[in-house]
Amino acid sequence: MNLQRIWTRGAIYLVLAAFALYYAMPIYVLIITGLKPFKDVSMMRMWELPKGIYFDSFTTAWGLVSPNFRTSVMITIPAALISSMIGSINGYVFAKWRFKGADTLFILFLVGMFLPYQGILIPLVLTLQKLGLYGTLAGLIMTHVIFGIPITALLFRGYYSGIPNELMDAGKIDGCGFFGLYRYILLPISMPAFAVVLLWQFTTIWNDYLIGLVVLSNPVRAPVMVAVKNTAGSFSVDWNVQMAAALIAAAPTVIVYLALGKLFMRGLLAGALKG
Amino acid sequence: MANRTVSVSGERGLAASPAPITRKRWRRWLRGDMVLAVLVLLPSIIAVGIFIYGFIGWTFYISVSDWKTSTPDFTFVGLKNWTRLVNDFRFQMDLRNHLYYAIGFISQCIVIGFTLAVLLDQKIKGEALFRTMFIFPFAVSGIVTGVTWQWLMQPATGINLLFAKIGMGWFRPTWHANIEYGIWAVSIAAAWQFSGYVMALYLAGLRGIPAELREAAAIDGAGTWATYRYIIIPLLMPVTFTVFVLTGMNSIRIFDVVAALGGPGPGNSIDSLALNMFQTTFGAYRFSLGAAIGSVMMFLAIFLVVPYLMSMSRETER
Repeated sequence: MNLQRIWTRGAIYLVLAAFALYYAMPIYVLIITGLKPFKDVSMMRMWELPKGIYFDSFTTAWGLVSPNFRTSVMITIPAALISSMIGSINGYVFAKWRFKGADTLFILFLVGMFLPYQGILIPLVLTLQKLGLYGTLAGLIMTHVIFGIPITALLFRGYYSGIPNELMDAGKIDGCGFFGLYRYILLPISMPAFAVVLLWQFTTIWNDYLIGLVVLSNPVRAPVMVAVKNTAGSFSVDWNVQMAAALIAAAPTVIVYLALGKLFMRGLLAGALKG
Repeated sequence: MANRTVSVSGERGLAASPAPITRKRWRRWLRGDMVLAVLVLLPSIIAVGIFIYGFIGWTFYISVSDWKTSTPDFTFVGLKNWTRLVNDFRFQMDLRNHLYYAIGFISQCIVIGFTLAVLLDQKIKGEALFRTMFIFPFAVSGIVTGVTWQWLMQPATGINLLFAKIGMGWFRPTWHANIEYGIWAVSIAAAWQFSGYVMALYLAGLRGIPAELREAAAIDGAGTWATYRYIIIPLLMPVTFTVFVLTGMNSIRIFDVVAALGGPGPGNSIDSLALNMFQTTFGAYRFSLGAAIGSVMMFLAIFLVVPYLMSMSRETER
C-alpha cells in the first residue's frame, strides 16, 4: 500500500514537472537565443546554452523596437488608468444604484465585451477619421478605454457588491449623497479592486495587436506588438534579433505577473467571463 | 461559529431599525441621487451604444453596400457580397480551419487544464511554483506566442530536433507549414498560451467543492475514479461551461497567433476569419466584403454568448 502511494506521488510530480518544462520551453529558447552572439546562432543548436552572455541581439532588437515600446507605454498607462476610473464609478452605479433596467443594461454591456472586434473595425476607422483621431495616440487610447468599459464595470461591480449595504446606509444617514458615498465610503477601500483592474487592463492593452494595427498602422508609431510582428515577418532581421525583440515586448507583462502573481490570479478568476 | 451567526443577525437587526429621517424626505432624496447615478453612467451607455452596438449595425449595413475601393460607397446591393463570400474558396477554408482549430484548441485546453488542476489539488509541495509556471504564458501576448512557436515548429530544427535527440528522428512533422493539418499546429501554440488559465479556473472550482462531499463519497466506498466520475466532474460542470465559452470565443477570434505564424499559409491552410477580414478590408480595400466577414464572426459569437449570459443572469437572479 505504502509502496503504491510512493509510486503514485512520484508519478504526479513527474507529470507536473513535465508540464512545467512544456510551459517553460518557449521562454527558454527565447532567452538563450537572445543571449547568443550572432556567430553562435545556429538552427541546429537551438537548444544549447550560449557559450557566454552577449547582449548584441538585445541591443539590435532594442534599436528596432524602442520607439514602438515607448508608444506602447504612452498608450497603455493612460488607457489603463482612465478605464479603471470609469470602471470604478460605473461599477459603483451597477452595484449600489439599481435603477430600473440596470440589470438589463449590464447584460448588454457584457454582450458587448464578448463580441469580436472585426464586426466593429470599419466603422471605428471611419469615426476616428471623422474625429481627426485616426492614426493618433489619443485615438488609440480612446478606443481602448471604450472597449474596456464592460470588463472594468464587471470587475468593479463584483467588488462593490461584496461591500455590505449597511455601510452605505450608515453613510446615507450621515448625510452622504451619491458622490459622497462613493468618495468617502467606497473609494478609500477600493485599492484592491483598482490593483486588479489596472493589472488586467495593462495586460490586455499592452498585448493588443489588432486594434493597434488598425488605428496606428504607421510602422514607426505602431505599438510594440505590431513592431514585433513586423520584425518577425521580415527576412532581413536575424533570428536571434527576432527572439530578443519578442522577449523585450513580453517582458513588462511577464514581470508584472511574476511580481504581482496573486493579484493577477484574482483578476483572472474574476475576469473569467472575458476571453 | 455560533458566535458569528449571532453577531451577523445582530447587525441585520440594527440595519432594519428605521433611519431618523422621515420616509418622504428619504424618498425624494433617493430619487435625486438615482437620477445622478443614471447621469454618471450615461456617457458609458452612449459610448457602448455607439461604439459597440451602433458599429455592429453599421458593419452589417456596409456588408450590403457596394464599397470595394478606398473611397466609401454606400450604394445598397443586397446580398451580393454575402453570395460572393459563401462561394469564396478562402472563406470556405476559413470555416474548415475554425472547426479544426476549435476541436484541437478546446480539447487541449480542457484536458490539460483539468488534469493539471486535479494533480495540483493533491496537496503538492511547491504548488505555488508550479501554478506560477503554468499560468505565466497567459501574460504573454498572442504575437510573442506565435513568433516563438514559429521557430519551435520549424521542420529542420526546434521540437523536431528534440525528437531526433530521443531517437525519433523519423518523426519530422512539418507543423504549421503542413497544407492539410497546419491548423492543428496553430492550436498547439495557442493552447500553450491559454491552457494554464483554464487550469486556474478548474483549480478554483475544485477548491470550491466542500471537503465533506468527498469524505461522504469515501465513506460510501467510492474510489478515487468513482469520486471524480460521479461527484467532482459533475460539480465542475459550470466551470467546464465557462471554459467552453471562453475557448470557443477564442476559436472565433483567433488572429494574432495566426498572423505571427505566417498566416494565411499555403493554400490558406492556417487562415482565420479574422485574418481574412483584416486583409480583405485593409489590404485589398474590399470593405463591403470585409464587413460581411466581420458580420459572420459576430453571428458566430452571438450564438455562443447569448446562452452563456442567459444562464449567468438566471444564476444571479437565484
